[in-house]
Order: sequence, then C-alpha cells, then structure tokens
Amino acid sequence: MTAADTTAAPGAAGGTGPAVAVEHLDVTYRVRSQDRRALRDVSFQIDSGESYGLVGESGSGKSTVALALTRYLPRNGRVSAGTIRINGADPLAMGNSALRNLRAHTVSMVYQEPGRALNPSIRVGRQVAEVYEIAGLHHAEALERAEGMLRKVQISDPHRVMDRYPHELSGGMAQRVVIAMALAAEPSLLILDEPTTALDATVEAEVLDLIAGLREEFATSVLFISHNLAVIAKMCDRVGVLYAGELIEEGPAREVFDKPRHPYTVGLLRCIPRRGQRKDHGRLDTIPGFLPTPGDEPAGCIFAPRCPIAEDQCRAAPPPPFPVGDGRTSRCYLYEQTEDLPRNTPVNLDIPPVRDAGRPVVRLERLSKTFGSRDEAVKALVGVNLSLELGETLGLVGESGSGKTTLARALLGLIPPDEGSVIDLDGEPVAPDARRRSREQLKALQIVFQNPDSALNRRHTVRRLISQPLSRLAGLSGARLRERLADLVRSVRMEDRQLSLRPSQLSGGLKQRVAIARAFAGGPRIVVCDEPTSALDVSVQAAILNLLVDLQAKERVTYLFISHDLGLVRYLSDRIAVLYLGRVMELGPAETVFAGPHHPYTEALLSAVPSLDGQRPERIRLQGEIPSAANPPSGCVFHTRCPRRLPTGECESTEPPLREVAPGHLMSCHIPIDQLTVLQRVGQAP
Amino acid sequence: MSGLIGSSDLGSPTPAEAPELTAAHAAIRRSVPPWRLMLRRPTFIAGGVILLFWIACAIFGTVIAPHNPTAQQLLATNAPPSAAHWFGTDQLGRDVLSRVIVGAREILLIAVAATILGTVLGTALGLVMGYFGGIFDILIGRVVEAVLALPIAIVAFLFIVAVGPSTGTLIVVIGIVFTPLIARTVRSAVLVESQLDYLSSARLLGEKPAHIMAVEVLPNVLPVVLVEFTVRIGYAVFTVATLSFLGFGVQPPTPDWGADIAANYGVLPAGYWWETLFPALAIASLVVAVNLVTDSIEQVLSS
Repeated sequence: MTAADTTAAPGAAGGTGPAVAVEHLDVTYRVRSQDRRALRDVSFQIDSGESYGLVGESGSGKSTVALALTRYLPRNGRVSAGTIRINGADPLAMGNSALRNLRAHTVSMVYQEPGRALNPSIRVGRQVAEVYEIAGLHHAEALERAEGMLRKVQISDPHRVMDRYPHELSGGMAQRVVIAMALAAEPSLLILDEPTTALDATVEAEVLDLIAGLREEFATSVLFISHNLAVIAKMCDRVGVLYAGELIEEGPAREVFDKPRHPYTVGLLRCIPRRGQRKDHGRLDTIPGFLPTPGDEPAGCIFAPRCPIAEDQCRAAPPPPFPVGDGRTSRCYLYEQTEDLPRNTPVNLDIPPVRDAGRPVVRLERLSKTFGSRDEAVKALVGVNLSLELGETLGLVGESGSGKTTLARALLGLIPPDEGSVIDLDGEPVAPDARRRSREQLKALQIVFQNPDSALNRRHTVRRLISQPLSRLAGLSGARLRERLADLVRSVRMEDRQLSLRPSQLSGGLKQRVAIARAFAGGPRIVVCDEPTSALDVSVQAAILNLLVDLQAKERVTYLFISHDLGLVRYLSDRIAVLYLGRVMELGPAETVFAGPHHPYTEALLSAVPSLDGQRPERIRLQGEIPSAANPPSGCVFHTRCPRRLPTGECESTEPPLREVAPGHLMSCHIPIDQLTVLQRVGQAP
Repeated sequence: MSGLIGSSDLGSPTPAEAPELTAAHAAIRRSVPPWRLMLRRPTFIAGGVILLFWIACAIFGTVIAPHNPTAQQLLATNAPPSAAHWFGTDQLGRDVLSRVIVGAREILLIAVAATILGTVLGTALGLVMGYFGGIFDILIGRVVEAVLALPIAIVAFLFIVAVGPSTGTLIVVIGIVFTPLIARTVRSAVLVESQLDYLSSARLLGEKPAHIMAVEVLPNVLPVVLVEFTVRIGYAVFTVATLSFLGFGVQPPTPDWGADIAANYGVLPAGYWWETLFPALAIASLVVAVNLVTDSIEQVLSS
C-alpha cells in the first residue's frame, strides 16, 4: 500500500451521508470547580470509507475528540456546545441501550497501549470470539470466526496464538489482536488513537500496512489520531490540525503537508528535519513560547501569541475558518502569507565544525555483555568495536532489543561488561564500574537520559539538581559555583526564577534542559544522549536539538546519540552505527549509510519509516520481530528476517565479518557490495 | 557565554513565554500544602482533638489530675463515680480519673519512642535491602520473615524475662519487633525508586551508596515512612497496653491503663465496673484517635 493508493480512496467513498459529522463542538472539563474548554468550535466530517487524520501535539485535544464521539468523556467532561452525528445518529441523545449498541456495532477503538486494551486473564482466542458472541454467534462458530480474523491481521499460526494469554505476545502481536477485535464487530467507524506509537519502526510499518489493507477490505471509515505527521501523511486522505483545542487547518493530507496554510502547521513542519537536512545545513526552526494554559482563552486567534506574523486583527477577534481552495480551510487571517513565513530561529550557519576526525576519545574493543546465568545467557552485546572521535556525533540505531541502551550503560560504567571487554578513554583503559572510576573519568562521560521525570530527583529543586554535579564533578563551591550555575542555566536557555522550582512544576522540555545542564556541568568529553527527545513534542524537540548542536560546538563534546527516529539521527550524526542483536551490522559516515548501498537491515529500517517527503521506492519488509538474544540465529544473526538472504546457504552457516566496503564504511554482510548497490539502486524488491 | 552561542531563540524572555510562567505559578498556587488538605477532613479534626487531649494529659497530667493518683484512701475503696471522684475509686481507694489522666504519660511515651526506634531501624534496613538487593536482600529478608512469623507477645516475653521489665526494655522490645515490618514496606518503596534513572545519575557523579540512600532515595520514600510510622503508633499503643495488662509493663504503683485493668477486672463481677471501664475507654479512644489521624495522613499523601 503506498500513499498513492490512500489518496485515491476518496473516490471510492460512496454510501449515504458522512460516517461522522461534527459541528461546532465544544468540550469542557471541570477542574477544581472551574470550567476549562478543551475543544472549541471543532467541525469536521468523515465521509463513508474515508480515512481522516487528526494531528496535534500533546494537550491539543486529539483524544478528547475521540472520547466525545463515543461518549467516553471522563466524569468531569461534557459536550457544552455543538452536535455530533455518527451515521446520522446523535450519540449525545442516545439512551443506554442505543449507546451500547453504537459502541458494540458501529464504532470500534484501538488505543496506544495494546497491553492495556486486552484482559490479561483471558486467552486471546476467547477475547476475540467474545465480540462474535455478542453479535449472536454460537460458541464454536465464534471461535472459528475469531481464528479467521486473526489470520486476516496476519498473525502466523493463529491457532496457537488463540491459546496464549496477552502477556505472552509481543507489542506488535498484541496490537494486531486488538485490531482484530476492533474489526470483528465490522464497525462502520474505526477510531485509532496513536495505534503505533508504542511500537518499533519496523513493527509500526507492518501494522500500518495492515490497517491500510484492512480498510480497503472492510470499507471502514477511519479516524486516525497521531502526533506523528508522517504517519498521518501516509495513512490519511484528509487531515485536520488541532492546536489548543481548535481545528486550525484542514484539507487533503498531502496538500496540507506540502503547502500548509496556517502558521502553526508551517512551524510544526519546519521543526522536523526533512529531505536529508543535517545539522551543518543550519538550525531547525522552532515555535517559541508554549501552549496556552487550558482555560486561558485569548480574545483573538489562539495561536497569535506564538505567531511570527500576528497583526492587530489577529489579537482582536478569533479568525473564522477561511476556505483556501481544494476543500481546505485555515483559521488564519493571513493565510496567504504562510508560504514565506519568517523563521523564528535564524539559520545561523556560523557553527564552527568541531569534529576532529582521527582523534579517538573513546575506544570500545570487544565490548560484550551477557545477562543471566550460564544456562540462560542473554547476549546483549557481542564483541562490539567502536571508536568515538573528538567532537563527532555517533548515531546508534536499531530496534528495541538491539543493545543500544546496554552499550551506553556499559560505556558509562553503570553495568559491568563481560571479562575481556576494553573501554579506553584517551588511550587509557577505564574501570568497568563507575564506582571505581576517578573523578576525571566520571566527568568525561555523562548522559542525558530519555525520560527526565525518571532522571531528575523529584524532591530536589532545579538549583540543587544543577549545583550537585557542579560541586561533585567540577569541585566548585560558593561564589564560583553560583557564577557557573548562572552560566549553565543561561546556556540551556532557562531563567533564574525557574531555579527554585521542582521538576513537577516544569514542562517536559524544561525538564530535559535541566537534565542537559546536569550532563554538561562537569565539562564532559562525551555525552550519551539516550533518546533525549522521544518523550517530547515536535516543537520542543527542535529546540532541544538546536541546544544540543550549540553546546557541542561550544564545549567540543562528542555525542553518542541513541534514537529510534532515523530522521533525527540523520540530522545530528556524523557517523552512524547500526546494531542488531548486540552486533554492529553497519558503521559509516551518516551520509553514506543513508545514501546506500546499505546493509539489508539498514535498508529495512530506512524503508520502514514513513516519510513526509512523498514517494519512496517499494520498500523491503522485515518479517516477524527481532529474535531472542538468548537464542540468536546461527550464521548471520539477521538471516532469519533478511529479505536479501543469499540462496547459497552461506548466511545460515557463517557469521559475516565486519569489513570495510568503502573508506570508513564497514558492513557485516555476505552479499558483495557491488551486488547490493545494483539491487538497491533499481529499488528492486527481493 | 551566550555570545558564543549566538543570538538565542529562547534566551530572552519573550511575552510568548508568559503562559508557561503563569502555568508554573498556577501549579504552585494549586498545590495546597498537605496539612491544609488534612485540616479539611473532619476525621482528622476529630482524631486530632482526642489525640491532643491525651498528649496534654501526658505532659501536664499531674497538674490537671484532681487527686494524687497514687494516694490510697482505704476508707473509700471501690466508691462509685460521684462529684468528688468522677470516675470513682479503685480497690485501694485511689482516684480512677486521676490514674487515667496521669496514665497517659507512660503509654504515649513508650508507644511513640518505640515506634520512632522501629521506624529509624526499619527505614535504614529497608533502604539497604532495597538499594543493594542481591545477597543483602535475601539474607536480611529471611531474618525479617523469621521474626514476622513469631507472635509479638512471645518475642516480647522472651526479652522481658531475660532483661527484666522497665520502660526502656519495653521501648527496645517493641521497637525491635516493629523493625522488620517497617523494613519490608520501605524496601518495596525503595525497589520502585531504584528503577529510576536519577540513581544512575547520582552514581555517575561519584556519589557513595550511603549518600545516595540518604539524600537521593530517602526523601522520595519519606511519605511511605511517615504513613508507616503513624500506622505503627496505633499498634504500639495496643501492644504497650497488652504487655502492661500481662504485667510486663510499667510496675505498680505508677498509674498505667493496662496494668489498672489487670488489677481491677477481678472485682468486675462484684459490680465495680468503673475501675475497668474508664482505663479501657482511654485505650480505645487513643487507638481510634491515632487511626483516624493515620487514615487522613495516608489519604492525603497518597492522593
């Protein structure tokens, strides 16, 4: 299924009236005896058979729309104005039995966490069959239909899966089961609320393909909710952009993303590195400011306080949805000026190149880590050789379970690697355990964790959190500490008055800035960034990435940047290492790794990522999920999923060495590089 | 410093950042301090008033009491409640009201001191078990389970028989008996914390384990410790009363609720109910008051 197919779908939309019609919808939450509007004047329509996307950052009200449609709003929420029609019927006016009927037969929902949508104590088969039993089928027949449905969602060996409990399934499998249950009722409307956000990119690609395919088969209307613009672009015919509870722009997905007509949409798209953009091409644009506090309603346009082109009229009265052609609307008075919207952040190309190739700061040799006992050894890392050069960013990519985080923790000394592993810092071996490292060595290696909520002690104030490494690592005290603290706070773009706050009083982006300040406090040589922006919204992410680039230039640090988002890795990294089951599959300059020829695994990772930039050649698909590290496949560990496996049997029998295929470009694959080049250039699917 | 970075996108506070500030300030304003939340709960008020009454009795008992609690009036033994003796007199003609008022001192002192001792030991043990895990956890865990398997009274008897009854012995015995209970609760709270990255972060600053436990982990498990402390005070009151009743507590003639019940319940069939009822009511009211306060603290801290 390609994007071309999805955009063709509106033509197929037939039937009687729209599947969903929402008009002037207001939803209000009552919080501490105050009404706060979470949705304001939201109107949209989903035609029968159409796939409609809702995008927005956290707090924009995406999920509230879904809850309002099915009348699942929490006790303190209510629809305070407007109308909802699902297949012409009004769920707000329904009695209990009609509402039950609507939820059982007309609308199905799939949520982000498949693990929480399944009952942990009931076998998978029973749970799916239950849907058919509610529809009136007998026990045996329901089980039979359930098995058929599981086959339709491409679960191999559905008969065995039926007997499993939900906890025995992987995330991707569980989400397939949830989708099977959702479709079993043959709903006319399927609501998908971030259905792939919790999944790996490769699994996400499979699940998205599945949803697209099933949509054609069942002719279901879809409301697809996501924060991921690329996923929406791939999956939806039309899209609505939500900001602070208002639908600020709407239209056909491809056109909205190609030529946005609202400053917020423009800003959002500019926050994402696209079309191979890299850090040396200039900084990312950001959206300054913050989402308004719920309940704070400005007199004019809700986006005006953050808009670079806002005028007096914008602040005076809220703009109505202006038709801007091709079935598109934009709630912006100045929609004609959005094409050349001024940047909020200057491109600022005078960032000096900091990389000093050929001067390794850290060398990892034969780094291995085995968890568990001898009988059940799980090899998380197997003989990894890597070096980090001064001032470079090494991107570390791979699916979950590939050993990225284990590598980072071993480097930092948080988990001791196996006997025989070597970690060299400036040519000198360092102790495997952080407790035995000198202050200089501790100073040199620091980390920005993925989740600042977990990385910052919630009982301490910002001042204390940042002072702690200043006194421990930099050995400062008194006036010199205060001076350096002020410097540091300024360089992560925070303000003095935030020093007395605790983490719970800060937004996600600010918390991550505190974590970055802590990592930089001691003057580190190497900073490990373990998915530093994955918990953040797109607009916040851009500001954090800019900050990381600035700090690298200023402090001449080396980054080990771990991320599942290949776009980010490409933007930030000078070199990239691809890990699979604890082994380096490919290592090379970022541009080379992205341009190809790639290792088949890298190729699969790249083609799994949905893109905002339109078409990509037919991609290669990975079958199944990453095998268990306790029992890795023989030969090349990737052969079980490799779509380009050689017919000679070599892949199954011998493990390919990591060899240099071009200067600085290493790959672990039996397929000769020339052959890979040919195969991948023609975009030939295996 | 900022010059090196160049013109910053977020460096200067722009009006656009105002919403964030208001949000932060609103958060501060919204988070009502826990004690204010507790004062809104009628159960807390009720429990607190009773508790304060007994605390006042414990501190100023000898001043408040209408009579000398140990003065015997052999001509007025077993006198029913009257204007002169509101709660009547006991077999030795001592004023029951005065003995109840002054008796609050020993029971509260022992219960609170023992609970503090148990909480301090238990918290330290729980931190060590949860933080280090592994062999520490297994070894101490088994000992804790062994102690938990024995009835409190038996353990207490053993100690008291060996050391002899005194206020100090009671405090130590009850404290030690409570230690494993508290350790177990604290340990599970520490285990939750040990999953969090801020501990790794502290290790990367070169902090020593003792410092990490005391400065990083302890403040985060303090609500759990506090709840456990108040719950245990309720149990401690009961335990002290039980041991006194059995004769292992405060020795006569010092007024003590448990001992007074033990001394006087024998004459209950003769109709001298006041000598047993009033000390019993005192114990009951104190335990109920502590539990009312505990419930409120628990609910406020867990919400």
